[in-house]
Amino acid sequence: MAKVVKPSVLIKGTKDGLLFFFDDNLPFSVVLNELKHKLLHENSSHIWNGPDMRVQIKLGKRQITRSEELALREIFSARKNLHIHMLESDGVPYLLDPPRKMEMLTGTVRSGQVLFHQGDLLLLGDVNPGGCVQSTGNIFILGALRGLAHAGSDGDESVIIAASIFRPTQLRIYNIISRPPDEWKESENKMRFAYIVKEQIAVDKMSHLSHIRPEMEWKEISRKFG
Amino acid sequence: MGESIVVTSGKGGVGKSTTSANIGTALALIGKKVCLIDTDIGLRNLDVLMGLENRIVYDIVDVIEETCRVDQALIRDKRCEELYLLPAAQTKDKSAITSNQLRRLIAELRDQFDYILIDCPAGIESGFQHAIAGADKAIVVTTPEHTAVRDADRVIGLLEKERIATPKLVINRFRKQLVKDGGILDVEEVVSILSVDLLGVIPDDEQVIRAGNAGEPAVWNSGSLAGKAYRNVARRIMGEMVPLLVQEKEQNMLLKMKKWLGFA
Repeated sequence: MAKVVKPSVLIKGTKDGLLFFFDDNLPFSVVLNELKHKLLHENSSHIWNGPDMRVQIKLGKRQITRSEELALREIFSARKNLHIHMLESDGVPYLLDPPRKMEMLTGTVRSGQVLFHQGDLLLLGDVNPGGCVQSTGNIFILGALRGLAHAGSDGDESVIIAASIFRPTQLRIYNIISRPPDEWKESENKMRFAYIVKEQIAVDKMSHLSHIRPEMEWKEISRKFG
Repeated sequence: MGESIVVTSGKGGVGKSTTSANIGTALALIGKKVCLIDTDIGLRNLDVLMGLENRIVYDIVDVIEETCRVDQALIRDKRCEELYLLPAAQTKDKSAITSNQLRRLIAELRDQFDYILIDCPAGIESGFQHAIAGADKAIVVTTPEHTAVRDADRVIGLLEKERIATPKLVINRFRKQLVKDGGILDVEEVVSILSVDLLGVIPDDEQVIRAGNAGEPAVWNSGSLAGKAYRNVARRIMGEMVPLLVQEKEQNMLLKMKKWLGFA
């Protein structure tokens, strides 16, 4: 005997637009599959071709991650007339992992001083030779980096170290240590960033960062999120 | 109420004592009442530079141990009425005094003097910690070399931790010619690394060495360029606006050139 399956995605029409109720007991992948089926299946496609519509999504008690949100928005992007207006969980923020917060600090890190930071760090000031900046996240320096910078010290290999004047004595990302060439050209002191590629630290111009980390490109993100 | 200023550098041999002696003398020449304190116990030098070595009876350790009164240990300069020196002990070491004792001593001297210049020993150990304890302000001396600038940077960091007002910088033994070759750092480079206010640039001048050995600070020599630079530093300490000597000289050269070519 066939079991009566409660739909994991329930759609209701209101005068303000469409309400999507997602079942919060089933795995999110099942919910997404059902959503894909309902939105993209050939049989139903004619239903969706209509005027622009505002969509509200109720996630129930479930919270989702940023990548799950991206997957969800990707499915909706196939229907150009549906605009996600709101995403909601009951009584809690819908995102499990709120975007990483960056802290802003000012001051010079002088020889013998160590600035330790949890998370991403924006330092408005210089790091002098013999000074050290260590962070578990990214390090951005609006000033001159002349000392040591250690990013991703907890094991994050995806972080970068960037500085307006890039003249470090040593760079460390996660557990990889590198030192710049002994001879610097004047032109190499400008704004640069360092990242890990093939278990080595590479240094590149700021304008190349969007190719290396396309997921951080603002155009890419605004395209996905409509 | 006098002001206490510590002269420090971190690295040895950059000219702390020479700078203390010259700035002290220059301030006294302007008419201020100045006391120089040598805190480099065990390795005293300031008395030799001032030519007062043979007048020492009591020293700073005697004052702190209350073997004598402060005014008994103070030595009046042989040329300048308003300049006094409190010499360091040569037979003791840095552990002979504590920060608190020095702080009390300086508090006592404050009533009698306009400026109290504390000559700090090299390094960042106890001697340095004691010397900066009683200071309101600090002058950091460096030469335009990477080693000296590194140590100056470290010292500025330590001074900031002690909540002494932002230190001022004196760049000593500056040689214009070597900067042009790229052999040493330029003034702008040093200032941008250390990011503190510049109090003066002292040109490298053999008169300073001669004067030190003769026991007569270079400030007394009106022909000495370094002496003039030190006099300017003293005026800047008193709050006057004085252009930098290096720039001034360059302008004069340019003016002379123009005159010679008939443009000015």
